[in-house]
Amino acid sequence: MGQIPVSYSFRNLFTRRLTTVLTAGGMALVVFVFAAVLMLAAGLKKTLVETGSYDNVVVIRKAADSEVQSGIERGQAAIVESQPEIATGVDGGRLVAKEVVVLINLPKRGSGKPSNVEIRGIGKESMALRPQVRLIYGRMPRPGSAEIIAGKGVSKRFVGAGLGETLHFGMREWTVVGIFDAGNTGFSSEIWGDSEQLMQAFRRPVYSSVIFRLRDSSEFGLVKARLESDPRLSLDARRESKYYSDQSELMAKFLRIMGMSLTVIFSLGAIIGAMITMYAAVSNRVGEIGTLRALGFKRRSITAAFIVESLLLGLIGGAAGLFIASFLQLFTISTMNWQTFSELAFTFTLTFEIVWKSMVFSLIMGFVGGVLPALRAANMNIVEALRTS
Amino acid sequence: MLLKLLLKNPFRHKLRALLTVLGVAIAILSFGMLRTIVGAWYAGVEFSSATRLVTRNSISIIFPLPLAYYEKIRQVEGVKEVSYANWFGGTYKDKKNFIAAMAVEPRTALDIYPEFVLPPDQEKAFLKDRKSCIAGIKLARRYHWKIGDQITLTGNIFPGDWEFVLKGIYTGKYASTPEDQFRFHWNYLNERLKKTTPRRADQVGFYMIEVKKPELAAQVSAAIDGMFKNSLAETLTETEKAFELSFVSMTEAIVVAIRLVSFVVIIIIMAVAANTMAMTARERIGEYAVLKTLGFGGREIALLVFGESLMLSMTGAAVGMALTYPAADFFKSQLSDYFPVFNVARETLYMDAAAGLIVGVVAGIFPTWRAVRLRIADGLRRIG
Repeated sequence: MGQIPVSYSFRNLFTRRLTTVLTAGGMALVVFVFAAVLMLAAGLKKTLVETGSYDNVVVIRKAADSEVQSGIERGQAAIVESQPEIATGVDGGRLVAKEVVVLINLPKRGSGKPSNVEIRGIGKESMALRPQVRLIYGRMPRPGSAEIIAGKGVSKRFVGAGLGETLHFGMREWTVVGIFDAGNTGFSSEIWGDSEQLMQAFRRPVYSSVIFRLRDSSEFGLVKARLESDPRLSLDARRESKYYSDQSELMAKFLRIMGMSLTVIFSLGAIIGAMITMYAAVSNRVGEIGTLRALGFKRRSITAAFIVESLLLGLIGGAAGLFIASFLQLFTISTMNWQTFSELAFTFTLTFEIVWKSMVFSLIMGFVGGVLPALRAANMNIVEALRTS
Repeated sequence: MLLKLLLKNPFRHKLRALLTVLGVAIAILSFGMLRTIVGAWYAGVEFSSATRLVTRNSISIIFPLPLAYYEKIRQVEGVKEVSYANWFGGTYKDKKNFIAAMAVEPRTALDIYPEFVLPPDQEKAFLKDRKSCIAGIKLARRYHWKIGDQITLTGNIFPGDWEFVLKGIYTGKYASTPEDQFRFHWNYLNERLKKTTPRRADQVGFYMIEVKKPELAAQVSAAIDGMFKNSLAETLTETEKAFELSFVSMTEAIVVAIRLVSFVVIIIIMAVAANTMAMTARERIGEYAVLKTLGFGGREIALLVFGESLMLSMTGAAVGMALTYPAADFFKSQLSDYFPVFNVARETLYMDAAAGLIVGVVAGIFPTWRAVRLRIADGLRRIG
């Protein structure tokens, strides 16, 4: 005798629709949460990976964790600027920018709740160093004026950061003359202005960081060693990509712990749900199973039939959960990064890896929930099973 | 008779009842834990007092205020005591061991924060020695510090190694008082800044102000901010609660997500429990018909189905609630870096019980309705 056809398992699920919907619904919610957490972590990672370029180097004060905490005297910045490893841009200028980064407290649109926004004083080459940043509306600020440009995310979320609006800080009014799009990067959560103007306004006569492009990526070790061993400097050089992933280490770890604990707990609940359903499916069909055995189906095919049924449950649940989770991509999460104290926005991102991980996860839930009841079904005594109906 | 049946019914399918109870217990447990995490988020807010104000630079918290404001703020009417502090941060031995260190004006800071309880002799020793520091009991335990120990912190905002002598270990007056703080003399920080980076010296991170009466808070805030309006460093004065809340609200998205997830877990378990009850009721349709034939009315049948549903969910809820405390202790030890205060609030338990009740009710409604509406003949005709 051969295998029990899959349509048997499928029709069983269809016959007991309410139970199937409830069980698969529970699983769908679990997969939804599982996928949502992974999507959040992937979104955060994507934002950070795209923010930093591998060939750019960020120099900040030794022991400072971020540009905001750092301070580089003008003299020190000049030494960094003169390093021979710095690349030359298309117009012949050297690709290096001395920047100043501070936080300002701005109220959000709608709720009016204040949040910290990073404001970056840029140099001539800052745009060239970040090809992912494009001006989409308006124009660049004129050097020496109280003009700023805002990231797309910031201009949408904060009062006074829209095109043509003004912000008040440092005893001056600053006009937003342009909006820039930096894609999914951290720069979208920033405001940019002329560095000399901002330093004056904030009365901070020091730079926060010096950023430059390497002329040859492999020379990083060389320039790092020279800068860090210079007794006049006491500075720290990092690749920009490393700098940004260090920035959100704490957040990424938090998401990971949170996500894992939630998934473990939730999946326990869903496995229990599947188990209850499958046990009931078995005990409702004792007579039927006996008949199948009497017809000559092997124990193995009966086990297989019930496991297939349970896997189908998992499949339905997983697909439904992923379907709902895919709509999360429309949402942007903006929250404070604890390490920099500033606002960081990132979106839920669905990757192929998350799709297959979620599906495997839901199939495992279905399998674990179904294996014990299936074994029970297979180990029934034929005669007794036939007698019960 | 009915009660006996009610008590016996759940045990007819021992495995199923056990699984359901277990499922509800897990759900209630995670609901409780998630609520506690949200509570821990707001711990700083809870700790704040109605008579304390915080004055910071209006641009943002990273900009300092001149020390010269101290005398001016002290003279504002309604102000009882003023202290000032600089957030120091810093790490101990390893970059991972982050310390919540603050440089404070020691005498006034201890006056304004009476919930940091320090034995009088330790307080005296701390005030006398400029290089001394105090630490919360949790912090001291974590790094095995004893009074008299030399402690070296590495600054990230104020670079370099900073040496301190531990002169006191404080305990919190209330459960919400953070016991992982590190405080040292503001003057010690300032003197060194005068030598290394003079432009950062004589600058204060924020002022802490105690007002005479809570009702004066608004008036005093307005007076202080008005005084420094249009100066080089404008101020923003708010109650300590608003100050703490502003940090929480910046991470609001995460709090909202956790809240949401805590409800999702209840919905998941509702589906599981509803499923159990739907199956149970379906299996017993014949039985209900017999009971009806014997003269039991709809109300008794309803009690039977509903009672069973409630019994299962409430047992689960009770187990879950009982497990909340050991689980919270475990989380406390694991996540102490993130949450210095991690206590299970009483409201959380009430909400647990309410959630258990709701799960029971929702799971029971549909099967009950079906059992009550059942026509005897249909019930008897049905097999299995």
